[in-house]
Parts: sequence; structure tokens; C-alpha cells
Amino acid sequence: MSTEGASSYGDLPAVATDSPVGARNSMDRLYAPPALSERLIRAFLMFCAALSIGTTLGIIGVLFEETRAFFAQVPFSSFFGDTQWTPLFAEKHFGIWPLVGGTMLTTLIAMAVALPFGLTAAIYLSEFASATVRKWLKPALEILAGVPTVVYGYFALTMVTPLLQTLLPDLAAFNVLSAGLMMGIMILPVIASLSEDAIFAVPSSLREGALALGATKLSTVFRVVLPSAFSGIGAATILGVSRAIGETMIVAIAAGQQARLSLDPREGMQTMTAYIVQVSMGDTPTGTIEFHTIFAVGMMLFCMTMVLNLIAQHLRGRVLKGSL
Amino acid sequence: MVEPRMKVQGLKAWFGSSIALRDIDLDIADKQVTAIIGPSGCGKSTFVRCLNRMHEVTPNARAEGKVLLDGKDIYDPAVNPVALRRYVGMVFQKPNPFPTMSIRENVLAGLTLLGTRAKDESGLVERSLRQAALWEEVRGGLDRPGVSLSGGQQQRLCIARALAMEPEVLLMDEPCSALDPIATAKVEELILELRRRYTIVIVTHNMQQAQRVADTTAFFYMGSLVEHAATTKIFGNPTERRTADYVSGRFG
Repeated sequence: MSTEGASSYGDLPAVATDSPVGARNSMDRLYAPPALSERLIRAFLMFCAALSIGTTLGIIGVLFEETRAFFAQVPFSSFFGDTQWTPLFAEKHFGIWPLVGGTMLTTLIAMAVALPFGLTAAIYLSEFASATVRKWLKPALEILAGVPTVVYGYFALTMVTPLLQTLLPDLAAFNVLSAGLMMGIMILPVIASLSEDAIFAVPSSLREGALALGATKLSTVFRVVLPSAFSGIGAATILGVSRAIGETMIVAIAAGQQARLSLDPREGMQTMTAYIVQVSMGDTPTGTIEFHTIFAVGMMLFCMTMVLNLIAQHLRGRVLKGSL
Repeated sequence: MVEPRMKVQGLKAWFGSSIALRDIDLDIADKQVTAIIGPSGCGKSTFVRCLNRMHEVTPNARAEGKVLLDGKDIYDPAVNPVALRRYVGMVFQKPNPFPTMSIRENVLAGLTLLGTRAKDESGLVERSLRQAALWEEVRGGLDRPGVSLSGGQQQRLCIARALAMEPEVLLMDEPCSALDPIATAKVEELILELRRRYTIVIVTHNMQQAQRVADTTAFFYMGSLVEHAATTKIFGNPTERRTADYVSGRFG
């Protein structure tokens, strides 16, 4: 390491010349540089790490550039001020709110399903299930998270919507309600699994402390364990919201393609992701204003999920540090 | 000897299929300090955890036998272990104040967890903290988080939390093992003060501590009770050879 050290050690009197293990010879290796193979492997590993960062930066760069091109033609005021989104029509409007609204409404419905059920499942798994049940149920839950979302999408369209139509006759064939419900089921395992990790990580000394004070199991869980796992549950929720906002296939299939600013979940609405799918799959020529819209919408989407992920990361960091 | 507050008769305990306590008979005197000593793994902690039925909280753990508290068997199937723990309080090895609660909320936690409230909350908080010799140090900042205190203060907060429930018996499972010598001295002083009002059972690894605080001492070895007598007798002139070897440091 330090070359000043090397010379001063060189002046030391030789002591172990007759050492049976050849200690004097092995001391020479103190100054040997790392082997070439080691340096090559290190360089290769660094290249792999840099590749993912480079790709991300490249995507963000393109997103920025194309978004800039979009805003060169459409003013900010109409993007954020208009209430209609009709870039593919003859009379073009570029108000983002119908897409944001559709996204928010599906996300809200999804969270209304995923949060209560996911959290309850997490509490059961962590606090009440026996070790055997836990061992089987948790991987099963994670398999649910592995179902391709396109399957959830046509399930929503061909099963959930007809079923709901028997209850709600006004329900449109493409509607936010069944897309949102299905999305909730898709996100449920994410919330359950991450919350379960957070709840399970609460030190058992806190549970014992509460039980030793004469608390019931239920009161221990709700007044001591869950508050202590709050940061982790918050992070799980936000990651769930972020997944819901970014989810594409379910809404593209089941929620319809009409950008509509409404609060009625029985109607069809277009989300930001579904709009991007529609334009990407159509025959929109490169360089046109229609083409540029998807980058502006993508930028909006990127900003929303990034903020949410940063908040979630911050919360999870607090959990890891144990400061709650 | 004083009339016993708790009588343990033929107590056996298991973890799964391995036995942790074999046929323990022990009387715990009223308003005295009973110390439980013995090498690691001898069943001392398991023994005190059987006295408030915390042992069975561990998965696959069970206990058998009789433990009488004021003549009533706490292992009677009709006894609700949750209710029992209000009368037999416990302080653990590592201070475990509830991290989401303030000092004040920690003291009141027993009641909050039961879903009730004290009539005079501030009075109860002050009384419990005074009994735990913590009042003077925290009176200015009762709304600070409990975990912001030092380790020794946290342990006294946990003692205050247990005392706020006005237990009949206070179990202490190596309460000083995570504390420095100064904090330990404070807790020991506190134990000597508390013995005027409470019946205390303390598990300790520290033989000097047993001599400083305990009226009687019980020596456990490999899940059995070897000897229980006045602390001076256990450390000065024990009947059993194994006790003599252990307290003189020849093993353990």
C-alpha cells in the first residue's frame, strides 16, 4: 500500500532466516500487485454495473429530449390547464388530467382492495399462522405475484365485468371498476409480502413486553407490533401504489381507451399507461406531435413513480436503521 | 421464615421434547427478594417465565405442575394467563420500551393495552416513575420517546411500566445484564427499595448481585433445584457440594 512503509521495512534486520516455513520469502509478497486475473474480473464486474446505470441514464435522456420537443409545440399551460385529452382527433386537446384522473381512479380502487386484504394477510402470516402454514402460504402468495398481468387483464374483461354487470346493469363493457379490482388482486401479494417482512421484523422482545403487561394477543398486535412496523407498511403501500400507477396490461385491456375526466368507476377511462400502449401500437408516424405526446405522458408517469419510490426507499431505510 | 406468597409444586417445563425444568418445588416469600442463580442453560429464565405463564408463549413450549399464587393454582385450566400477567409483572434482560411511545405512554402502556385508562394518569405516571427512581431524571420531558433514554434509564422505565400495573409479584430476568456498573448499582438500589412493597424474584448471573439484593437464593443446575436457602447460607455455608463448587467459582 504505502511505499514509504516499504523502504523502512527493508532496513529491518533479518530475523527469521532459518524459519522452517520460509517466513522471509513470504514477506516479499507483501509488495506484489494484485494478479491480472483479479483486475480483469474487477473491471468486468464494474462494466456490468455501469451498463445498467448507463441504460437508465440513456432512457431518461431520450425521455427528456422528446418531452422537450413536445413542449416546444404544446405550451405547459394547455398540458396542465386543459381538461381534454384528444391528440389523436382532428380537434386536438392536450390536457393531461383525464389520463392522470383515470390512473388515479384505478389506483384508488386497486388500493382499496389490496391494502385491507394484503395487510390482514400479512398480520395473519406473521402473528397468527403456525410455522408450517407460513412456510406454505407465503410462497403461494408470491406465486400470485408472478401471474402475467395480461392474464389478469383478460380475466377482468371476460369474467369480472360480466359478473359485475349482473349487479350493476349500468356498467360499461370497458370500465375502471373491474380493472381496478383486478389490479388490486394483482398488487395484494406485493403489499402482503412486504408488510409481512416489516411486521415479522419487529423484535419479539416488544411482543413479550406487551404480553407480560397482561395485554391480549390482539391488543399486542394492534397497539405495539403494527405501530412499530409502520414505516415498513408505509413503504409497502407506496410501492403498491407505484406498481398500480405503472401497471399497463390490465387497464389497456379492461378499462377502455377513452380519455375521460370523470369520477364514475362504472365508465371506461384511459390511463396514462394505456394511452402509451394505444399510440405505440397504432400507426403514428415518428416525429409527429401525436408521437411526441407519449414521451410527455411517459415523463409524467416517470416523475410520479419516481417520487413514490423515493419516499418508499426513505421509509425502508428507516426500517433498516431501526429508528422507526 | 415469612409465609410464602407463591408456592411452586412439582413444576416441569419443556421446549418441544427436551425437558428444561424437572420437578421444581420452591416457596417464594412475601415481600422478599428471591434470587435464582445457576450456570447458563440451567433453567433459571424458564423457571421465572413459568411464574407468569410466559413460558408457554414460546412455540412448542409447555409446562406442568402447580404454581400457587395466594393459594390459587395459576395452572388451573380455568385461569386466564392474560389476566394472570397483570398480577405477576415482568422485567426482561434487555430493556424493551415500546419504540412508538413516549416515556409517559410507556408507563401507561399496560392500561392502554387493556383498553382502559387510569382515573389520575399524571398521578400514576409520577408515582410509578418515582418508585422506579426515574422521576427526577425525566420529569421535564415525559413526552420524549422512551427509546431516547440511556440503557439504564430504559430499564428503569420498563420497571416503572410494570409497577404501574400494581403487580403482586415482580419477576426480573437478569435485569442488569445489559447495563453498565453504574446503571446496575441504581437498579440494585431500586430493588432493595421495592422489596418493602413487592415480592420480587430475580434471575441473575452475577453472584455478587445475588448477595447484595436477595434475602434467599435458589441454585439451579441442569433443570433441577439444587438448594434454596437464606442468601448468607448459600454463599457462606451451603449444604450441597454442587452449590459450594458453583458459588466458589469452581465451575459455571
